[in-house]
Amino acid sequence: MCLAIPMKIMKKKGNTAVVSLGGVERTIDVSLVKGIKTGDYVIVHAGFAIQKLNKKEARETLKLFDKMKYGTYRKIQKS
Amino acid sequence: MEHIEKFRNPDYIKALVLQIHTVSKKIKKEVKLMEVCGTHTMAIARWGIRKMLPENVSLISGPGCPVCVTPNQFIDTAIEISKLGNVKIATFGDMYRVPSGKKSLEKQSANGAVVDIVYSPLDALKIAEKNPEKKIVFLAVGFETTSPLTAKVILYARNRKLKNFFVLSGHKLIPPAMVALVKDKTHHIDGFLCPGHVSAIIGSEPYRVFPNNYGVPCVISGFEVCDILQSILMLLEMICGKRKLSVEIQYTRCVLRYGNTVAQKIIAEVFNVVDVDWRGIGMIEQSGLAINRKFTEFDAFSNFKLDVKISSEAKSCICGQILKGLKTPLDCKLYRRLCTPESPIGPCMVSSEGTCAAYYNYER
Ligand code: SF4
Repeated sequence: MCLAIPMKIMKKKGNTAVVSLGGVERTIDVSLVKGIKTGDYVIVHAGFAIQKLNKKEARETLKLFDKMKYGTYRKIQKS
Repeated sequence: MEHIEKFRNPDYIKALVLQIHTVSKKIKKEVKLMEVCGTHTMAIARWGIRKMLPENVSLISGPGCPVCVTPNQFIDTAIEISKLGNVKIATFGDMYRVPSGKKSLEKQSANGAVVDIVYSPLDALKIAEKNPEKKIVFLAVGFETTSPLTAKVILYARNRKLKNFFVLSGHKLIPPAMVALVKDKTHHIDGFLCPGHVSAIIGSEPYRVFPNNYGVPCVISGFEVCDILQSILMLLEMICGKRKLSVEIQYTRCVLRYGNTVAQKIIAEVFNVVDVDWRGIGMIEQSGLAINRKFTEFDAFSNFKLDVKISSEAKSCICGQILKGLKTPLDCKLYRRLCTPESPIGPCMVSSEGTCAAYYNYER
């Protein structure tokens, strides 16, 4: 019930926007999130966008995982 | 999102699990981490995260499923309203099946009650606009993720001058429930995995009391397997002293320190914070949202005068203790034998986010 998923903004008009995920399109209300643009990813919950996704932050988290992965390889090679 | 697959990368999972095992060796005690979000409960079960963890680290589920913590009184009230003439109930699907004693909305609709299952509060509003001769009552349950949506819909109803739209508010707040749990001396929680989407709305500040006043670290986590593993790692690092005991955000791609202020504003405009009952936990001070007096015309509690008899809990269902993290479904005599998702006895088996359903579906 609480489920919320990331979807991409395809078209925005006033308080509503068409979003898509894996080819499925849906119209949602975007009045709760400021400054949404076409191409943004938003978290959608029960017909509303509740927050914008920050792509830069997503990349930073993945970079950290990458670092960890190489650290692990080195440890395994050493032992 | 294009990155989602990367948050499930097996190499990352391996690296994170290895780090978790390394750090946990430095902690010479049993560590209990609690998640307070049904979507986390489901993801943990689905990805088999419990089996990846070292022996001294266990994950326990808290009161994170909104349908599960909704007390019988709310369901009984909804059922009484559904018996009145000219009323249509609009509800999320999970609520429809939750038993309250021997009753449920599902059974009631077999007896003639009109119940529509909706995906969004906006759908409930649409039904009201299309059926001006009927009274539409939306059963509003959910935490901070959902309450701004209900608030918005009430504002829309006022702008559109609807006279036939009502909301039965069962909305609840997560941080006060967490406070009730850390104060409860019957068990010990070493760290909280905080809910990502509740926090998208409220931010990280409301959790500050946990490290500051109770010495319990918090990490706000995303929902992919690597998100959860990284959050567990961060908590363990705080517990062993490698990181400062604090509130940290792992789910930085979605959660800001101060959350979604637009949503917070409309919650404050439409609702008042009140004391409410939680199934299993009992009354928690300042943990629920009631519709503000300015919006009484939309408040189902004040517009329908009812005499509600509260059903007693199903005998031997231990949902209450499961919601507090004191027991697991495996401790319940009825689990899998008499209680299954097809014929649930307690709410924790009805909602897919309920701990019993998550165990049933994934942890065999
Ligand atoms: S398995 Fe069923 S009866 Fe047992 S605690 Fe869970 S919901 Fe209640």
